[in-house]
Amino acid sequence: MSEHIMSSKFYYAIWIALLCLTVITAAVSFVDLGPFNAVVALVIATVKALLVVLFFMHVKYTSEKLTKIVIVSAIFWLFLLLALSMADYATRLWT
Amino acid sequence: MSDSPIAVEQHGPELLHHFADAEQQRDAATLGMWLFLATEIMFFGGMFCAYLIYRFWYYNEFAAGSRSLDIWLGTINTAVLICSSLTVALGVRAAQMGKRKLLVFLLLLTIVFGFAFLGIKGVEWYDKYKEHHIPGNSFNVDDLVRDYPQLHIDPRHEQIYFSLYFAMTGLHALHMIIGVGLFVFLTYYAWKGRYTPKYYTPVEIGGLYWHFVDIVWIYLFPLLYLIDRHR
Amino acid sequence: MATVAVTAERENYLNQEYGIRSWLLTTDHKRIALLYLASITFFFFVGGFFALLIRLELLTPAGDLVQADTYNKLFSMHGQVMIFFFLIPSIPAVLGNFLVPLMIGAKDLAFPRINLLSWYLYIIAGVIYVHCILTGGVDTGWTFYTPFSTAFSNTSVIEAGIAIFIAGFSSILTGLNFVVTIHRMRAPGMTWSRLPLFIWAHYATSIIQLLGTPVLAITLLLVVFERAFNLGIFDPNRGGDPLLFQHLFWFYSHPAVYIMILPAMAVESEVVACFTRKRIFGYNFVAMSSIAIAVFGFLVWAHHMFVAGISLYSALIFSILSYLVAVPSAIKVFNWTATMYKGSISFTTPMLYAFGFIGLFTMGGLTGLFLSALGIDVHVHDTYFVIAHFHYIMVGGAVMGYLGGLHFWWPKISGRMYPEGWGRLAALLVFAGFNLTFFPQFILGYMGMPRRYWQYPPEFQVLNVLSTAGSTILAVGYVLPMIYFLWSMRYGKIATDNPWGAAGLEWKTTSPPPTFNFEEGPEVTWEAYNYEEIPAPAEVSVER
Repeated sequence: MSEHIMSSKFYYAIWIALLCLTVITAAVSFVDLGPFNAVVALVIATVKALLVVLFFMHVKYTSEKLTKIVIVSAIFWLFLLLALSMADYATRLWT
Repeated sequence: MSDSPIAVEQHGPELLHHFADAEQQRDAATLGMWLFLATEIMFFGGMFCAYLIYRFWYYNEFAAGSRSLDIWLGTINTAVLICSSLTVALGVRAAQMGKRKLLVFLLLLTIVFGFAFLGIKGVEWYDKYKEHHIPGNSFNVDDLVRDYPQLHIDPRHEQIYFSLYFAMTGLHALHMIIGVGLFVFLTYYAWKGRYTPKYYTPVEIGGLYWHFVDIVWIYLFPLLYLIDRHR
Repeated sequence: MATVAVTAERENYLNQEYGIRSWLLTTDHKRIALLYLASITFFFFVGGFFALLIRLELLTPAGDLVQADTYNKLFSMHGQVMIFFFLIPSIPAVLGNFLVPLMIGAKDLAFPRINLLSWYLYIIAGVIYVHCILTGGVDTGWTFYTPFSTAFSNTSVIEAGIAIFIAGFSSILTGLNFVVTIHRMRAPGMTWSRLPLFIWAHYATSIIQLLGTPVLAITLLLVVFERAFNLGIFDPNRGGDPLLFQHLFWFYSHPAVYIMILPAMAVESEVVACFTRKRIFGYNFVAMSSIAIAVFGFLVWAHHMFVAGISLYSALIFSILSYLVAVPSAIKVFNWTATMYKGSISFTTPMLYAFGFIGLFTMGGLTGLFLSALGIDVHVHDTYFVIAHFHYIMVGGAVMGYLGGLHFWWPKISGRMYPEGWGRLAALLVFAGFNLTFFPQFILGYMGMPRRYWQYPPEFQVLNVLSTAGSTILAVGYVLPMIYFLWSMRYGKIATDNPWGAAGLEWKTTSPPPTFNFEEGPEVTWEAYNYEEIPAPAEVSVER
């Protein structure tokens, strides 16, 4: 892992961003966006997760490519589980 | 490979004998933790798969169940975990800089936030218990059927929502408890002065675990609490 | 009987410390491998005992040996014990644990204490499962299908589920240890392209263990919750979908079969190279095909569900993907065969198992393609055709790989040679017994005999009797190595460092190795399988 020591100010900035995004996601849920409510909620969640992974978990500053490969692979594998299962559920009513 | 007695004495007691040097040991530990987190993604992922399918099938019941959760408590809990991630990140930084007292303080604060989260979760679950929303023999959602007649709630499907709610938040809470336990150990060893700028790997990988548990909650919150709130 | 030999008195991992504490609290990967060897052998015989009862019952068309309910328990527990407590750990936990550090030039695995924890988790899981067996067992089929397992079965489903859940963690930790070790602890000069193919295959196996087993864990947990708290997640009467269970279950359990076969392929590469005295043909292809099997293996799971009620469109997708997954396996078979061309072949016991593996795995794999075809699967699903198919791969493939590997590395592990004559006899008995047991089952399945049935129409009896007869021969073939391996630890010829003249770092240290594996840390400057530089042994050890 890299020895890059980040400034505490930067951590506080990420923290504020995360809190703001939390408030936003809760507030937006009361606005009717039709089917996009779920999309917006997940996008905001993903942005929050990225902030934690990249900055709190130092992935942005690591020189170790393997870490990134592990993370991407795990997410991709979960995606495989969800997508191929949905291939069944989404097409069950097709004639 | 340094096997000679001279080389052995040059490193601290934390270096385990099968490693060539401290860097190899640290790189092994962090890779090990990342791989473990990958397994956790797949572990929670199975429940997300079940959630995904039943949300499509029983959207109305999911909406009613979601609205029966307290959005204030959920939001506050999300904020609590975010604060705890901050203290963890600052704690790792303190260890990197050799600031022992600061590290201990931040680790303790993290534990406090962890307990706060668990406490609030306990309150939420107790509310569910009082409302008879815990799946099992006393499960009863007549209140939801009555409150949302337009949703035409089927109580059997509502039980699936709550089963997933308790399974997901329950396993998340279990991981929090384990995290708090880990951090108790970390705090003790930090107080004893074991962690230095040269060796703070346990703090680092403990931090990775904690952040991961935070990220799981970052997804659980909108998926469980924010369904159909706008109506 | 050589009793005066320098090698026998030199300090090694076996004699470095005595006493039960030194074994039960060891962090030496080699000792942990032996702890696993003992425990999985125990479970092999437990599972084999269930198989024996099954085959005895099936000698006659009538259900006259056991009750129907008991028969359900027998095949369920045979499957669960053999898969979760024997096959999944077998090669990785015994041969992998022993050899991975040696082959890469490391002193131990990355996390020796986690390695020991992994064995203890396995033992705890095993104790719970044995308790489950002794208190009535489980009758859901090894697959725990819902809603029978969650709502209707009157057996110890929760206990069995918890036991397998814990065994899954053992598997995950082994995989985690291997991946970190292979990435971080290779000796200087041991680049990825110089690694033995055994390591590549175990790396691929570990990826599957890491990414697949957690899904089994959560699935079993959900079954336990459903059964304990009367939920309805998988209950069709309450809006649940039994197929959701099957999707989640097979997402792990299909890749699980690659956890079982890849390590046997690992052994195959090493044994074929050594006893043809040639570098494996197409090293890069074989290495990459291991990774390809691990990846593609995750894309095919619903071929176990073709007739369960999934949509036709997803069935088509999974059928096509299932054909694709055969390609990397075929590549390996072609490469092993090509290695043998113009090689200098010796018919030692490990090589006999290797030959058996190629033939039987190929048959098992090809019949898998039959099953991937939707039309054929409708006809033979849930028949003995499927049973024959997977036993060809798991027994004809994985178990023969395991036995071949045990024989090949026995000198390294124990410092002794097993008796070669008996070894060859046992290998031939296993091969003959196996084929007599399982080939008739292809025919039975094609003719329509369903699996998991305790009675059958009389016209199937002859083939069933042949199958049972074969299983007794197979059993003798399995018992013989147990006897002569134990015998050899006392009376076997003392092994040299490299009795086979094999390539690989493990053969450059003593037999058995010292606790920290190498007197001096090796530095690698040669390619894998450098057989042109290694002299053949004067005689391949033939001890009668």
